[in-house]
Amino acid sequence: MTLDVLDSGKPARIVAVDWAGLAEDEGKRLKALGVDEGAEIAVVHRGVFGGRDPLALRLGNMTIAIRRIHARAIEVEAA
Amino acid sequence: MSTKRTAALVGNPNSGKSALFNALTGARQKIANYAGVTVERKAGRLTLPSGAPVELLDLPGSYSFDAASPDEAVTRDVVKGVFDGEAAPDVLILVLDAANLEQHLVFAQEVLELGKPTVVALNMVDLAERDGLTLDPEALSEALGVPVVPTVAVRRKGIAELTDAIAEARSHADEEAHTRWHLTLPERRLTAKHIARSAILSKSTRHTIENGVDRILLNPWIGPVILFGLLFVVFQAVFAWATPFADALEGGVGAISGVVSQRLPEGLFRDFLVEGVLAGVGSVVVFLPQIVILFFFILVMEASGYMARAAFLMDRLMALVGLSGRSFIPLLSSFACAIPGIMATRSISDPKDRLTTILIAPLMTCSARLPVYAVVIAAVIPQTTVGPGIGLQGLVLFALYVAGIVGAMVVALVLRRTVTKGAASGFIMELPRYQLPRLKDLAIGLWQRAWVFLRRAGTIIFVATIALWVLLSFPKAEPGESQLDASLAGAVADTLHPVLEPVGFNREMSLAIIPALAAREVAVSALATTYAVDAEDEDIAAEGVTAKIAALWSLPTALAFLAWFVFAPQCLSTIAVARRETNGWKWPTVMVVYLFALAWLFAGATYWIATAAGL
Repeated sequence: MTLDVLDSGKPARIVAVDWAGLAEDEGKRLKALGVDEGAEIAVVHRGVFGGRDPLALRLGNMTIAIRRIHARAIEVEAA
Repeated sequence: MSTKRTAALVGNPNSGKSALFNALTGARQKIANYAGVTVERKAGRLTLPSGAPVELLDLPGSYSFDAASPDEAVTRDVVKGVFDGEAAPDVLILVLDAANLEQHLVFAQEVLELGKPTVVALNMVDLAERDGLTLDPEALSEALGVPVVPTVAVRRKGIAELTDAIAEARSHADEEAHTRWHLTLPERRLTAKHIARSAILSKSTRHTIENGVDRILLNPWIGPVILFGLLFVVFQAVFAWATPFADALEGGVGAISGVVSQRLPEGLFRDFLVEGVLAGVGSVVVFLPQIVILFFFILVMEASGYMARAAFLMDRLMALVGLSGRSFIPLLSSFACAIPGIMATRSISDPKDRLTTILIAPLMTCSARLPVYAVVIAAVIPQTTVGPGIGLQGLVLFALYVAGIVGAMVVALVLRRTVTKGAASGFIMELPRYQLPRLKDLAIGLWQRAWVFLRRAGTIIFVATIALWVLLSFPKAEPGESQLDASLAGAVADTLHPVLEPVGFNREMSLAIIPALAAREVAVSALATTYAVDAEDEDIAAEGVTAKIAALWSLPTALAFLAWFVFAPQCLSTIAVARRETNGWKWPTVMVVYLFALAWLFAGATYWIATAAGL
């Protein structure tokens, strides 16, 4: 399943990221923030408008906002 | 021991770097741009225990040397000593957020791999303790091979120890035990995990306050209500608090003008001082209260961590026009005044997003347009109601605001597909932890914004005002002739008029928009002058102008004038600030050209449609 359909609050692990489907700088930024294969994450908040975009992820001690379009490129499994 | 002349703070964004910089240098800071880019360069002086001064640089926060933004590229190049015109720092002060160690150690390894003399500031240890973390700085120092000093920048804890460590810092590159290999990112992450684990003595399962607070502030129902409530307070403050200060400053400049007028003999020099120089000073300082108050709120929102939440809440709406949530606050600020709005775009990390935001900021209806709207609407729009509680005059005013917003949205869409085209800027950002802003940091931030405005924008506005004075004062009018008519500005208006006549402008209007370049509301007093409305008091002058407009302007002409003011870049100050914030004349020129073109088209469309409709 991709990250955008992951239920809020459910812990998950990133199994694959479609880097080619992301803009180069966005990929770099995600990697630098630690959003990469193997990372354990959870969706903690969702936006207000347009299909609850963007999403806030919990990653370790950090909260990171990404858009749904990025989340769609991230494949996760329940952890 | 080698002498050290320069040091630089490096670290992830939100590691408390700027607070540490303030604590190390105090208020003696120099703000400029790095050569050739609009990345802010903050430098200050640090005094070592020996009394030797060191120039300390606060480098932009960075997640990686594999730069994803111009800020990060500056950090990388300066640290590596390859940035043109910047000396490679002798010592690096690597700032790590104690509560976010595992994450921050990833970039830390990249920095340490360079083998430069480095000192680690383990910052915000108090927040880590609040989160239930106990750390072992010595274990961390052992693992990293460099000195580690625990600090709480906002409380000046560990600052003296850090300064000592900077004085003693030496290269660790030759120490065999800590020879570093160039690791890949996953390897670095793994190492970071190990080092962080070994440095954490205990960790309670206490929940961070972030989740709880965010559950309210990012709640889909309550979050936006709180955001708009807060913004309402901000706007109330800007309009209610700034006015007395602005009036006082204007009054002060006016009083000085009065004294000068009395003391000096009548003549060109006196006119130059009063109508040129002092009027120039006046038009610069009158913006200060608004800028300071608006920035007070912006800085509090940034320092507390709320700004990122506001961006999160508004991102989806801004995405509709190709922008991100980070453009929201700068654009909103522009409803008070485009100058602080454009200055606030510094917080937008994506350069194309930032440029687009700067270019559309002048379309937000700023407070200086209100006097013009008020006078013209009062003159030509009848005081009738079009529905329960809805006055026609108010409706027209509302329509003018909407026209500006819709115009900005359309322009943003067009720009994102043309001149600022590029990969969707996206919206990937860290939501920093909440923190109580400290007064000293706020004061330093406010002082810097005010100073930047006065020095950079002020000089251009000042020169432009004097140039405008020359245009308006020469040649001198014959007795019985209006000075505005006789002046060079009058001649310019005559040349301009054939261009503006097709869109319904009469000659008085063409003339009035020239002095109104100093500030839009000057259009009212310029019209007062052309219609020979003789009144010292602004309000009485406005009433006189209203009467003249009601008598002399047709409805289509008046509507065209309103449409013009929605779009026209009638503000030299905004252009001056845009020049500073884009580092050149290219983008301000684009801005001025497109805005005047839009103003002409919309004034024309309004005039032609109104005329055809028989209004």
